[in-house]
Amino acid sequence: MSNTDHQGDVWEVFIQSKPGLPHKHAGSVHATDKEMALQNARDMYTRRQEGTCIWVVPLQAIVSSMPEDSESFFEPSDDKIYRHPTHYIMPEGAKNI
Amino acid sequence: MDKKEALINYCLRLGDTSLILGQRMAEWCSNGPILEEDIAMTNLALDLIGQARTMLTYAGELEGNGRSEDDLAYGREEREYYNTLLSERPNGHFGETISRNFLHDAYLYHLYAALKNSKDEMIAAHAAKSLKEVTYHLRHSSEWMVRLGDGTEESHNKVQQAINDLWEYTGDLFEMNEVDNLLINEGIAVDMNTVKQAWDNTVNEVLTRAAIQRPEDAYMHSGRLNAVHSEYLGHIIAEMQFLHRAYPDATW
Repeated sequence: MSNTDHQGDVWEVFIQSKPGLPHKHAGSVHATDKEMALQNARDMYTRRQEGTCIWVVPLQAIVSSMPEDSESFFEPSDDKIYRHPTHYIMPEGAKNI
Repeated sequence: MDKKEALINYCLRLGDTSLILGQRMAEWCSNGPILEEDIAMTNLALDLIGQARTMLTYAGELEGNGRSEDDLAYGREEREYYNTLLSERPNGHFGETISRNFLHDAYLYHLYAALKNSKDEMIAAHAAKSLKEVTYHLRHSSEWMVRLGDGTEESHNKVQQAINDLWEYTGDLFEMNEVDNLLINEGIAVDMNTVKQAWDNTVNEVLTRAAIQRPEDAYMHSGRLNAVHSEYLGHIIAEMQFLHRAYPDATW
């Protein structure tokens, strides 16, 4: 996003709630550089013990699929039920597959 | 003056300083330049008011007359406050707030770092906890000092002017009297000359990064130790104490 409103660029914020867990998208902040983005993310999203680690990523660095991609990207998997483990019947006597 | 009286006074200094700077930062609530900074400054206010609560509660306990943190925060007059003169300086524009906070954050940072080793367990624990908060406050204000000072010509000039104007209130931060002498001998208080040296290093380092010139030491205001204040404290207290005085038994 271009810097048209003098609030700085948009940075997406990812918070890790516990060590070892994946960083989850929490929201976004405005900031003019990475240090300020990190501080703003800390102030906006970790005030109630939400996190142990923060990532901030400039919005421009994120490549997103588009709504018009969804037919070709996601619908082909609709009828591939054999890709789900629940499709398979447990052989008799087997405890795990 | 005995040790107990000195300790009560020392706790009031710490508590009042956090309380008044916290009240100043609370004035920014809903007035920040951008949403993120509005929340950041309100966070700072809450940290500071939390610090004040601990020290004012402790001062009330030491005093032994049943005064609570609220009685001390909302029931005293201007000439009973022992906060730093710097903490009561007006917010002004964002650059002035950042400049005031930077000079003050560096002060509290080194003061708490030294008080962590106080022989008074409450003060040592309070300092250790507050140090974590103030470490972030100092980072926040320092990074803004660099960005404003080394930013545009306008932001540079505004911050340089703010530092120039605030400088005469920095001497007050490090003054000592018999309270300090008594408590230093007990291993409770710290020598402010030591804190000043550390403060000088931090201030010099950040001002250099921010391309801001450190003002020469000239006339310095004084008052904290004798509860003598600038014209601003009365207004802060009037606003801060209004609700408590109008509705003495109000609770959430």
